[in-house]
Amino acid sequence: MTGMRRKPASTVSMDPAPEQLPLPARPVSQPVEPPLAALLELTHRCPLQCPYCSNPLELERVQSELSTEEWCRTISELAMLGALQVHFSGGEPTVRQDLVDLVRHARDVGFYTNLITSGAAITRQRFLALIDAGLDHVQISFQDAEPNSAVRISHVPNIQEKKLTFASWVRESGTPLTVNAVIHRQNIEHIDAMIELAVSLHANRLEVAHVQYYGWALANRAALMPSRAQLDFVTERVTEARERYRGKLVIDYVVPDYYAHQPKACMGGWGRQFLNITPSGKVLPCHAAETIPGMQFASVREQSLADIWAHGEAFQRFRGTDWMPEPCRSCDQREIDWGGCRCQALAITGNAAAADPACAKSDWHAAMQEIAATAVDAPSLPDFRYRRMGAGKH
Amino acid sequence: MGLPAETRPKLARGIRLQFDAARDQWILQAPERVLVLDEIAAEVLQRCTGEADITAIIASLAAAFDAEPGEIAADVDELLTGLIEKRIIAT
Ligand code: SF4
Ligand code: SF4
Repeated sequence: MTGMRRKPASTVSMDPAPEQLPLPARPVSQPVEPPLAALLELTHRCPLQCPYCSNPLELERVQSELSTEEWCRTISELAMLGALQVHFSGGEPTVRQDLVDLVRHARDVGFYTNLITSGAAITRQRFLALIDAGLDHVQISFQDAEPNSAVRISHVPNIQEKKLTFASWVRESGTPLTVNAVIHRQNIEHIDAMIELAVSLHANRLEVAHVQYYGWALANRAALMPSRAQLDFVTERVTEARERYRGKLVIDYVVPDYYAHQPKACMGGWGRQFLNITPSGKVLPCHAAETIPGMQFASVREQSLADIWAHGEAFQRFRGTDWMPEPCRSCDQREIDWGGCRCQALAITGNAAAADPACAKSDWHAAMQEIAATAVDAPSLPDFRYRRMGAGKH
Repeated sequence: MGLPAETRPKLARGIRLQFDAARDQWILQAPERVLVLDEIAAEVLQRCTGEADITAIIASLAAAFDAEPGEIAADVDELLTGLIEKRIIAT
């Protein structure tokens, strides 16, 4: 759900409170810290077809999804491992008929529960059942503030109406709300309206999330890449709005990688804080990890989560700093950004172990900027390739 | 001193105070964030129930830590003012 799943990691909050995780490293005797949070992709089914969806091109089918019992067991294992937050995501998590049971179970074992939804596939009655079950927080993604554009991007008629209705239920229930506005070349000029939308919905937080280019977004990169001028515009509008709504609305915003010179600590460091579980139970260090060739992903159906987290081949591969080549190996930032994003390194350089090309020290940094420039200067805008089951194959 | 003495602070909706047994520390659970609390902050926040006003919270802390209320008032005010701005504490 949403084009910005790296967010849990890359959102270092704009004004941090007392002290903020990541925690200082533990003594060597305890090499692997417990995860902080897990993103549970309950299903890849979704009524929307966002061209920037971060799900893989090869979507998992309903027949392969974990059962209610399997999810509950997995959630219990996560709690025993020391995780503190679970994000129910997808696809669209509310199409799972057992969502209420899963949320209740997660609360029972002590989790802070977050629902990441499009808001377009749930009745009021079921939403209230989720609140009853103890849901702590809701995040709604918006394709645009302008209804016709939202329809075009999501490929669903009347999408805005559905979302606004859902948001009104969230507000009535008093549940804290985050609005996730996914911005790109084709809606970025509506930033002011998106900020006003978040204010009018009484959201506590607004995430202005640039598309990140994995999965479907990578396939649609040329249609989505903003220009430098658009980026500067949105940065200026966000800075101004932060001041105006201080104490009322927190706005999270980070410069997109293709225009950055420093990489972000993707997922807070590989295998350090987060894990992602796919609908069929594969456990991934990041939602895009399956794009990396030759990696083995263990499943909760076959192995305990504790074992996968501590010893899984995929988690060990890029954990810590030992795997790093130059320029990361000798860089003083290596335990701050952990070399950036592996999937982005792969997408741009062809090598998942290279430094993130968002880094100015990467040999590929100029090439990455060139990709953005070429997309922006193209004489015509390509059509969207919409996210659909089966449409990921050529 | 910013906050009126009769303010009765409580955790905002969606924020939970929790002991994190795996890491042996007090934390605040917030959307997309986990805030680690130092000992003092944990003590203050455990008293932010919506029942006690600032005066009572300070008195209770002073008793627990054998300190002068005047010494801790500024710290409590600073902590809570910051958390109110971040919408972690409601009044
Ligand atoms: S298609 Fe859109 S709404 Fe559905 S999961 Fe992907 S990003 Fe989310
Ligand atoms: S060289 Fe590597 S560790 Fe250093 S800033 Fe760049 S990506 Fe980060």
